[in-house]
Amino acid sequence: MSLDKIIVIIFGILGIAFTYWFFLMKKEKEVVVSESVDIIVEGGYSPEVISVPKGKTTKINFIRKDKSDCLEEVILPDFKVRKHLPLNQKVTIEITPNTSGEFRFSCGMNMFHGKIIVH
Amino acid sequence: MSRTLELQIKVASSLFLGGLILWGSFPGLMETAPAILRQFWVQLILATPVQFWAGLEFYQATIPALRHRTANMDTLVALGTTVAYGYSAVVTISPQVVKNIGIEPLPYFDVATIIIGLILLGRYFEAKAKAGTSEAIKKLIGLQAKTAKVLRDGKEIDIPIDQVVIGDVIRVRPGEKIPVDGEILDGESSIDESMVTGESIPVDKTKGDTVVGATINKSGTFTYKATKVGQETMLAQIIKLVQEAQGSKAPIQRIADLISSYFVPIVIMLALVTFGVWYVFGPSPAFLFALLNTVAVLIIACPCAMGLATPTAIMVGTGKGAEHGILIKDAESLETAHKIKTVVFDKTGTLTKGKPEVTDVVGDILQTAASLEKGSEHSLAEAIIRKGEAERVKFEKVTGFKAIPGHGVEGVINRQKVILGNRGFMEKEKVEVNGREIDKLENQGKTVMILAVNKKLAGLIAVADTLKDSAKEGVQALQKKGIEVVMITGDNQRTANAIASKLGIKTVLAEVLPDQKEEEVRKIQAEGKKVAMVGDGINDAPALATADIGIAMGTGTDVAIEAADITLINKDLRSVASAIELSKKTMRTIKLNLFWAFGYNIILIPVAMGILYPSFHILLNPIFASVAMATSSISVVTNSLLLKRFKM
Repeated sequence: MSLDKIIVIIFGILGIAFTYWFFLMKKEKEVVVSESVDIIVEGGYSPEVISVPKGKTTKINFIRKDKSDCLEEVILPDFKVRKHLPLNQKVTIEITPNTSGEFRFSCGMNMFHGKIIVH
Repeated sequence: MSRTLELQIKVASSLFLGGLILWGSFPGLMETAPAILRQFWVQLILATPVQFWAGLEFYQATIPALRHRTANMDTLVALGTTVAYGYSAVVTISPQVVKNIGIEPLPYFDVATIIIGLILLGRYFEAKAKAGTSEAIKKLIGLQAKTAKVLRDGKEIDIPIDQVVIGDVIRVRPGEKIPVDGEILDGESSIDESMVTGESIPVDKTKGDTVVGATINKSGTFTYKATKVGQETMLAQIIKLVQEAQGSKAPIQRIADLISSYFVPIVIMLALVTFGVWYVFGPSPAFLFALLNTVAVLIIACPCAMGLATPTAIMVGTGKGAEHGILIKDAESLETAHKIKTVVFDKTGTLTKGKPEVTDVVGDILQTAASLEKGSEHSLAEAIIRKGEAERVKFEKVTGFKAIPGHGVEGVINRQKVILGNRGFMEKEKVEVNGREIDKLENQGKTVMILAVNKKLAGLIAVADTLKDSAKEGVQALQKKGIEVVMITGDNQRTANAIASKLGIKTVLAEVLPDQKEEEVRKIQAEGKKVAMVGDGINDAPALATADIGIAMGTGTDVAIEAADITLINKDLRSVASAIELSKKTMRTIKLNLFWAFGYNIILIPVAMGILYPSFHILLNPIFASVAMATSSISVVTNSLLLKRFKM
């Protein structure tokens, strides 16, 4: 086998390993929220994982800075919320979770995800 | 600039410039093109604005996403087109580099530009189609009146609707929209409520009746007192419920959720595999085969179709229901409803109007019976009292009144002990009754009350409730679908059977006390059947909650909505079958969407990788990959929109 082919194989394997590590092995940083939190919507959600207290009302303010159509809606299915996020405007969603657990939220096309952890 | 206009300009420019490049570079076509278009440098100049101006949004989405270590469809498009554009730019600027590895220096600017143009075109159509899925909510919001004619300080003034407060007196003239919910104080009219409740026939209303905001006053002029404003009105509640349902997630979506989390990284890995395999094992020029097939894999993968498959159908389905007075609480209810095998109807107030009337009085007992019932709150007592008032009987004084639940009432009138109740009560009190007369009345579907004075039979009063107009058709519509219909009632078996036979219901659960209804529902569920319980939503709340689907004949304002999975605000019993049919149609659409979205990716990604090449020499041109990708999400949304055509 020629050298160029060996190099392509090595880089291919490294590329696959990197893709796996980069996208699928990231560690989620949990942000503890007591009353309200601003989530910036730009190429995903910042912060991506928030933890909120059980039985208390928490205000989640989504501010979309990303023009992508994909992120123009946010869905919190467990709280039955689907909201349109106008560009550069604050949209507040109030939740009062009564059960502990992890609840995912996503964009309208289910491509970008975030998580609400209820303690 | 609006998003639509922006997309239109970008699509037109990309396809125009891409078309020129294609003309100057596509074998068989390029010979007819002016020499200038065949110049690689000219193609680079034409392609650059498409790549970095029209295609800027793909980079703008990709870069912040990568910062979050996440990726979406834009990432794949950005990667794919950058690879095609980047290689072409190298070929144009330094053709020698490519020549040195034995490849003829030919650029692929047409691939990059046309892909961007077509994907943006797909996005434009997708945005238009997606707007159609939330039309129902927009329609409901649009129903709201803007102003109200309020009487304040003796003057009639026009004020914006958000300034109307509870207690305001509002005047409504013929043809006008009723601004908020309230109660008529003076006047009468016929009101078209179809836009809110889905009830097709205008309803006559007079003093004391409630009116619903956003409905239309047809004929008379009246004044009414506002009782609910803002978020408390029936329309606001309906909008909230539909919005909540559209924000909820159907269980069937779980698999799509799981796959979409891993989809884009897996496609990137498959693209790398494609490049490696073609480069190492592919025919000459291996590098070009590897490059083009890698671009095709990145472009053809369509995670959006999977993401859109379920929610778009749920949005159209719940919206369609709301337009016809069927409020579905959430996506899960909509999903479960199609599995219903048995529908249990509560009799009083659901199959019947819930306003019983006295039909027969045997013996001269109306005065005594009406006097005794004065202390009772039972709906049958109301019927007897109404009859007494209509006959202008003189109500006598009752002492020692007592209601015995499930049996009847007793008291003392003119120093004589009087009891009024059912057969069981008489047996308990050892009163001999005329069985044949009672049987005859009960066989006609009437509820018979027996009156005894000092333990001796004095007479009978028969009471009957009228069936709702839609009851028979509602039951038949379900039976036609092969769904078992059961009637549940506290009435005795004979009366219940008589009513059930009028409706064609074969299974009757009679003499069931209110707190036993839940247990009866459980018994049917234990047979392995999915059960829907139809009730008024207030008295049957536990049974509604126990059933797989609780259907309330609600007014849309009270607790009924909370207790039920589906609320029929049109009060039409035929809508039970319609709701189940809507669920079936929605589920069929979702399954077809998911089948298409998964099938598309499962079949076409391997084709783009070149799996058909060894046997059939078939490869997928990246431009065709972009056509397929753009149409796949549009087709899913369009398929969901087809649900709108379903006739209810």
